[in-house]
Amino acid sequence: MSNFKTPLTPSFNTGPSVWRAPQLSMRWWPVFLRNLLVWRKLAIPSLVGNIAEPLMWLVAFGYGMGSLIGQIELDGEKVPYILFLASGSICMSAMNAATFEALYSAFSRMHVQKTWDGIMNAPVRLDDIVMAEMLWAAFKALFTVTAILGVMLALGISHSWKLLAAWPVLLGVGIAFSCMALIFNALAWGYDFFTYYFTLFLTPMMFLSGIFFPRDQLPPMVRSIADWLPLSLAVDLVRPLFLDRWPENALQQALVLAAFAGVSFWVALALTRKRFSS
Amino acid sequence: MVKRYGDATVVNDLSFHIDPGECLGVIGPNGAGKTTTLRICLGLTSPDGGQIDYFDGLHMPQDALAIKSRLGVVSQMDTLDPDFSCAENLLVYGRYFGLKDTQIRERIAPLLEFGALTSKANAKPGELSGGMKRRLSLSRALINHPSMLMLDEPTTGLDPQARHLMWERLQNLLQQGKSILLTTHFMDEAERLCDRLLVLDHGRKIAEGKPRDLIAEHLEPDVVEVYGEGALALAQDAALRPLAARVEVSGETVFFYTAQAQPLLLALQPWPQLRTLHRPANLEDLFLKLTGRQIREDA
Repeated sequence: MSNFKTPLTPSFNTGPSVWRAPQLSMRWWPVFLRNLLVWRKLAIPSLVGNIAEPLMWLVAFGYGMGSLIGQIELDGEKVPYILFLASGSICMSAMNAATFEALYSAFSRMHVQKTWDGIMNAPVRLDDIVMAEMLWAAFKALFTVTAILGVMLALGISHSWKLLAAWPVLLGVGIAFSCMALIFNALAWGYDFFTYYFTLFLTPMMFLSGIFFPRDQLPPMVRSIADWLPLSLAVDLVRPLFLDRWPENALQQALVLAAFAGVSFWVALALTRKRFSS
Repeated sequence: MVKRYGDATVVNDLSFHIDPGECLGVIGPNGAGKTTTLRICLGLTSPDGGQIDYFDGLHMPQDALAIKSRLGVVSQMDTLDPDFSCAENLLVYGRYFGLKDTQIRERIAPLLEFGALTSKANAKPGELSGGMKRRLSLSRALINHPSMLMLDEPTTGLDPQARHLMWERLQNLLQQGKSILLTTHFMDEAERLCDRLLVLDHGRKIAEGKPRDLIAEHLEPDVVEVYGEGALALAQDAALRPLAARVEVSGETVFFYTAQAQPLLLALQPWPQLRTLHRPANLEDLFLKLTGRQIREDA
């Protein structure tokens, strides 16, 4: 006779996979509005913080270093250093604004204030909350770069009408970096964890992406990797617009950047679902 | 339903139902599975087995959004927005339910009044007392006019005045016909508010019924507590033992459970230095009988 035990519970189900497709709806909108309403109360100090620092970099490096360096050769054309730096650092500003919001601020709402838990007791899915946070961080990046672009125009750094095209590109850069940051938000146990992300990813990327010096100064092997960094792609898309040119491989670079964003969002969502399912 | 975390089964073959307009209380020691049970009911945690059916043939988790649009939830920890005033907290929360701003604004004043928070409409949660915060959480949970409320320890940490006000509000909601599922550590709260109780321990249902029925079923009607020097020896006293149906010792106090207290009280007169307290058996006695008097290691 067989002696198999039958399980006590007929159905055994650990829930759907965290890697299932995102379930998105327009319910992200009230969550986005919530963040907007908080930010409206703090907009002035936040604006100062968001644009003052990048402008200090620009002035100190652009005019300071710029007077030492003079012009820089870019694809056979001589370009003032300040223009070279401005067109790169605007991408860095988009990256930083999106990253800070999707790390520190999102983590405060998710973990410290438990705002997300409160929202999930209403008919809003976690997927929509992650979507709202992602778009919110991208919006903040867009807001920051708009203010900086305004100052750059006022300083007369570039007057190309092609800068209008830089605007949606920088929104895309904000989206890509907020998606990436949300992965680390999902994994974080505290604010200190974010130091890893900044020290190991963002800071090296900042120096390898051709913001402060052209990437052809890098050793060939490093350069072949650096060319595919998301910040390099952003710089390659935005810099020509400052120089009144169209980027050469725009479609390819935009697609790779979009792939970074899409894959990162999916991973971030899966890890966030995992964090909340236990 | 069943829920396991690794080898630990935190909700073990638990089933229950709640009638419309009823208040069902879930009581149990820390770690008994109360909050996990609530989280499963809210679709926030997937059970390892079982099924959760709601009103109108809706099922969790498939119909989570439809169900939640008709639920009001107050979690154990306040999740109020610290940057918003009380009124803004209600406005922003109402939007999550897809309500229009005009519709929400009409509801804000009555809900603040319900929470006794009218004068605090423009105050932020950081400026509120613990009781006010809990009432704001309750008011916020009512923004969608829910038919059922889920409250996880709604009065933990409140002073007696704040608790009584909270109870009064909850009784008011029950009179309006709303159902309430409530977890609590307070037996007076459970006895006062709940039509029916579910006693959980180690994720299992160990008793279920109306508070008075449970007491009558499991306990003798009277309790005589004796404490003071030499009280512990009485637990073994040959003259006293037969007068009590059950004797329990906890710390320095001896509890005599009996159907007839008078003979016992008379027999205790030779020990005038001892302090005695004669009272009817209550839910706390039941709770301690069912779940034990010792402090849990993990509590």
